[in-house]
Amino acid sequence: MNSLRQPGKWEKYFWPVLAAGTFLALWYLSVKWSGTKIFPSPPEVGRAAVELVRKGLLFRYVLDSLRRVAVGYGGAAVLGIPIGLLLGWYPEWAFVVNPVIQMLRPISPIAWIPVAIVLFGVGDLAAIYLIFLAAFFPIVVAAINGVRNVPSMYRRAGRNFGLSPMQLITRVVFLAALPQIILGLRIALGVAWLVVVAAEMIAVDSGLGYLVIDSRNSGKRYDLVVAAMFLIGLTGLVLDAGFRRIETFRSVRWGFRNAS
Amino acid sequence: MATEAILTEVAPKLKSSLKTKLRAEGIDMVFTRDSNKIQVLQQIDLEVGEGEFVCLLGPSGCGKSTLLNVLAGFISPTAGQVRIDNEPVCGPDPRRIFVFQERGVFPWLTVEGNISFGLFRLLPEERNQRIARYVKLVGLQGFEKAYPQELSGGMKQRLEVARALAVNPDMLFLDEPFGALDSITRLVMRRELLRIWEAERKTIIFVTHDIDEAVQLADRVVVMSARPARIQGIVDIDIAHPRDISSSRYLKLRDGIFKQIGMAHKV
Repeated sequence: MNSLRQPGKWEKYFWPVLAAGTFLALWYLSVKWSGTKIFPSPPEVGRAAVELVRKGLLFRYVLDSLRRVAVGYGGAAVLGIPIGLLLGWYPEWAFVVNPVIQMLRPISPIAWIPVAIVLFGVGDLAAIYLIFLAAFFPIVVAAINGVRNVPSMYRRAGRNFGLSPMQLITRVVFLAALPQIILGLRIALGVAWLVVVAAEMIAVDSGLGYLVIDSRNSGKRYDLVVAAMFLIGLTGLVLDAGFRRIETFRSVRWGFRNAS
Repeated sequence: MATEAILTEVAPKLKSSLKTKLRAEGIDMVFTRDSNKIQVLQQIDLEVGEGEFVCLLGPSGCGKSTLLNVLAGFISPTAGQVRIDNEPVCGPDPRRIFVFQERGVFPWLTVEGNISFGLFRLLPEERNQRIARYVKLVGLQGFEKAYPQELSGGMKQRLEVARALAVNPDMLFLDEPFGALDSITRLVMRRELLRIWEAERKTIIFVTHDIDEAVQLADRVVVMSARPARIQGIVDIDIAHPRDISSSRYLKLRDGIFKQIGMAHKV
């Protein structure tokens, strides 16, 4: 095989499908050979998923999880981007709040669960608050760094054309930092999705995380647990793929490597 | 010697027929780095006439870019003053546009978007007319919707010049604008710039370290010394455009500058 050879169109699908098929086969055979009564095999998980669809739970739970992410993550983006832009623009402010940000940032959102429950009670708001926290810091930090890395040439060109400081931020600095901000948003979305599942295990009674914990607690339905895990993974994959499309938009494509 | 005669016959004065556009007096620039004081510019006096094309020529790192930044108002000098149209310069101004190497175009905007960047105060109709006019002037027709990453280096440079000209400034500051281009594109760009300058008659101050470039383009070449930069001499290039770069007058002026900079004209 030659590394310069263009892969055929069929190969683009063939190898990934083969890998997934191998994984399923190994899973199936392990369950069979080990003779486990607890862990479900792929067909059992498939049947569990069908059961969820029939009960009308599958879409409701996926949508509930997505709704919590949309609110918490959306809030983090709406607040985090302007705050990050301003902190990047005024280094003296960043200097003041940086220790606080750097200290809060490494705390896992899971550690905030008790605080969230004290603040918002057991329910939707607590889960949304956790997602907000998880997404907020990566977004702020990406925006700060994005602004700092804007070549001074762009700012000077903007000033030269008579832009006010506000116009300079919206018409030059924001757009120049946008590729880095998008990268931060994508990372934050991944973290938000991790956290929604964890949050739903504690604070709410719907959603995919709830499905995992509820299926285990009420009758040890491990086929439903694994079906829920599968849905979590699949939804995460779809979210990330959707986000990657944003990186190919023409006005930001310049900022991504391997862009064409 | 003949070469010296060229330099002594040149006074740093303007021709009396020209109206003064820019006057820099006693410019000193001292940077402090790690508590060391570095003098970059020393006692620069310069006068530039309206519609004149002046090249600042000097070795790399001598401070000519710093001087250009002072003249454009991006940095204020440690001592001395710059006046343009008899007003003191205290910051950048849309009437005077600074052109960087082609890296200064905004990658998130199309060709049209870049050209109209400074036109936000105009009505849409007038803005579109300007865009069309300057796209045509720099020969980027057909690329209006293209993004800079889809353009060649020379096209990006023309785009930046178009963006600068579109706001109808009366001065352009160009900081080694063709430095990153290959030698053939550079020659084409010089011709383009002269054509545009003849059409629009802006006052141009052009920084370069390339002696040939300076002699091909400028009305006057300001020769600067190594750091701290001082003006070593000012050479009038009294050859009409288009210039024959193998004429004896051209070679004489060029050799004079080589000598002035202290380089033997041999490789």
